[in-house]
Amino acid sequence: MSTRMPVKKYITANEAVAHAARLARVEVVAAYPITPQTTIVEKIARFIADGEMDADFLKVESEHSALTACMGVRMTGARAFTSTSSQGLEYMHEMLAYVSGGRYPLVLVNVCRSTALPWSIWGDQQDAIQQRDTGWIQIFTETGQEALDMVLQAYRIAEDHRVLLPVMVCLDAFIQSHTEELVEIPAQAAVDSFLPPYDAVVTMDVDNPYSISVGARGADYARWKQEQQEAAEKAGEIIEEVGEEFARVFGRDYGGLIEPYRCEGAEGVLLTMGAFAGTAREVVDEMRDEGKKVGLVKVRAFRPFPVQRLREVLAPVRAAAVLDRDCSWGYGGALATDLRAALYGLSSPPAVLNFIGGLGGADVPPEKMRYMLEKALAAERGTIPPLEFIDV
Amino acid sequence: MKLKDLPKEELYRCSYGCAGCSAVLAVRLTLKVLGRNSAFVVPANCISTVSCYFPQAPFFVPMTVMAFAATASACSGLSAGYKRRGRSDINVVGFAGDGGTADIGIQALSGAIDCGNKFIYICYDNEAYMNTGIQRSGLTPYGAVTTTTPGSCFENRPKKDMLRIVAAHDILYAATACTSYPLDYMEKVKKASEVNGPTYIHVLTPCPTGWGFAPDETIEIGRMAVESGMWKLMEFENGQFRTTYAPRKTRPVAEYFAAQTRFRQLSPERIAAIQKEIEATRD
Repeated sequence: MSTRMPVKKYITANEAVAHAARLARVEVVAAYPITPQTTIVEKIARFIADGEMDADFLKVESEHSALTACMGVRMTGARAFTSTSSQGLEYMHEMLAYVSGGRYPLVLVNVCRSTALPWSIWGDQQDAIQQRDTGWIQIFTETGQEALDMVLQAYRIAEDHRVLLPVMVCLDAFIQSHTEELVEIPAQAAVDSFLPPYDAVVTMDVDNPYSISVGARGADYARWKQEQQEAAEKAGEIIEEVGEEFARVFGRDYGGLIEPYRCEGAEGVLLTMGAFAGTAREVVDEMRDEGKKVGLVKVRAFRPFPVQRLREVLAPVRAAAVLDRDCSWGYGGALATDLRAALYGLSSPPAVLNFIGGLGGADVPPEKMRYMLEKALAAERGTIPPLEFIDV
Repeated sequence: MKLKDLPKEELYRCSYGCAGCSAVLAVRLTLKVLGRNSAFVVPANCISTVSCYFPQAPFFVPMTVMAFAATASACSGLSAGYKRRGRSDINVVGFAGDGGTADIGIQALSGAIDCGNKFIYICYDNEAYMNTGIQRSGLTPYGAVTTTTPGSCFENRPKKDMLRIVAAHDILYAATACTSYPLDYMEKVKKASEVNGPTYIHVLTPCPTGWGFAPDETIEIGRMAVESGMWKLMEFENGQFRTTYAPRKTRPVAEYFAAQTRFRQLSPERIAAIQKEIEATRD
């Protein structure tokens, strides 16, 4: 593999992520097999076997242990990586909060998949959304290239001393994980200058011993958690800052927290996260050609939630149609409900329509995206129309 | 190993342990052997509860509190990280209780032994979930009363045999011990630290609060456990089990039971049956 020049290859997003872990000079990988994530760590195991990556691979007995082991690695200052999906991410749940509360700057790739029951190996984003409040930065990607680029950026964001929070990079099952596309694999030298070795604040250092990750109560506990919230908010700025620097070095700009597309003068805007944005962009182009005032916002950061940027982009819009591949049962899609809260207080907020689609791997074809945008164009400002399950 | 050769330095002090707590003693003894070149992982248990609330810091070596089920996997990761940093010489110690080992932590323990990184896993066994108020665990012995096995509904299952469970992993070194035999315990910790791989030590730590005896009887109760045959001091090495200490004088198990409140409801017939079982397995 060339270290000085980037290489272009037709690879899946999972393979792209494995390259990112290699380029990030990850020292320890701990992972457990689960579809559709598994090909990431298979590729990493192959890199290690072929001498292309200098890392140790801990073959653990569960995802709970995978994340715990990564946290243990981080306690020594070494860089760790894990990836999972669905039930695996749910099995990690306890440790997700341990990692964020302990302020360990880990990077985890989640290949988003449905959660049981009904049992399904197919894609939606319910798994990631169910971990919304575990304190992880969550970034959704659209392509293999974006997934690779975001893993590299994720280490920079997580390890920034103003942040020190773990980052979950999400990609969509099969649409990304198992689909080959042309990906530019950056040169090692360029990645090395973008991503220096981790400068740990505190480690399990026998020459400078600390009790770390201890117990706290009352005001001590609250202060700890307040600092965590401040760091999570600060992470919004750092995501944008790192994204801009990445664009300068590598020439690929993803827009930071959100990527608005043709939103200027739009009356109806579709919002979604992940790979569906690709189809949505095509639909917006078609409808614009027909003279319809529509746009798209690809929400990249779900936590921290991009409140200010969404308010700026959506304030002039009459209606926002939100396509959620998830549901907060008894309330609605997570993106839609969070968006309504984010728009609260605008003098004349847009209507927020909520469509739940793409569950259990269901395809959301262009006609359905068009349907959602047409409904948005017909909506009255400030209304909350009833939730629709568009797959059924 | 001789008592007079042990360092005077205390690397674990000022915990909030109960009077007569031998789990606290086990931590002290461990650090007497391993010294400052050690890092501790302590999950939810009595030790973390009496040691680790900010700003309290009784450990003079790096330590971290860990999730209940995650002791061994954290040790495995920590060990892998130290190896990458060129510090494989550091003693990574997991210090979990009986429930944290034989129940909720057994999967991670099995996985981490299988994974093969170097660490010492110490199960301090006070035979119930003492930290949460004396509930039965997989290591509560037959006949014991706890808050979840009260009165006539006393524990009716035998204690899991953790030594045989870890030995079945082809572990390089495993042992049982008791804080009432400190040299035997410390020699085992020393031996474990010299093994390049995962090791396991299961130390019986009598608990005055949970077992129902006076705080100044802790050491004596541990001796009675061994002398009655209720607990054995053993080693597993090179595929072989070995008794490291066989008491010269033995005593009836009835004496051990009578010295604690938790066995009060055991009938003389049941005690006689237990005595018979012990006789049958005595070396």
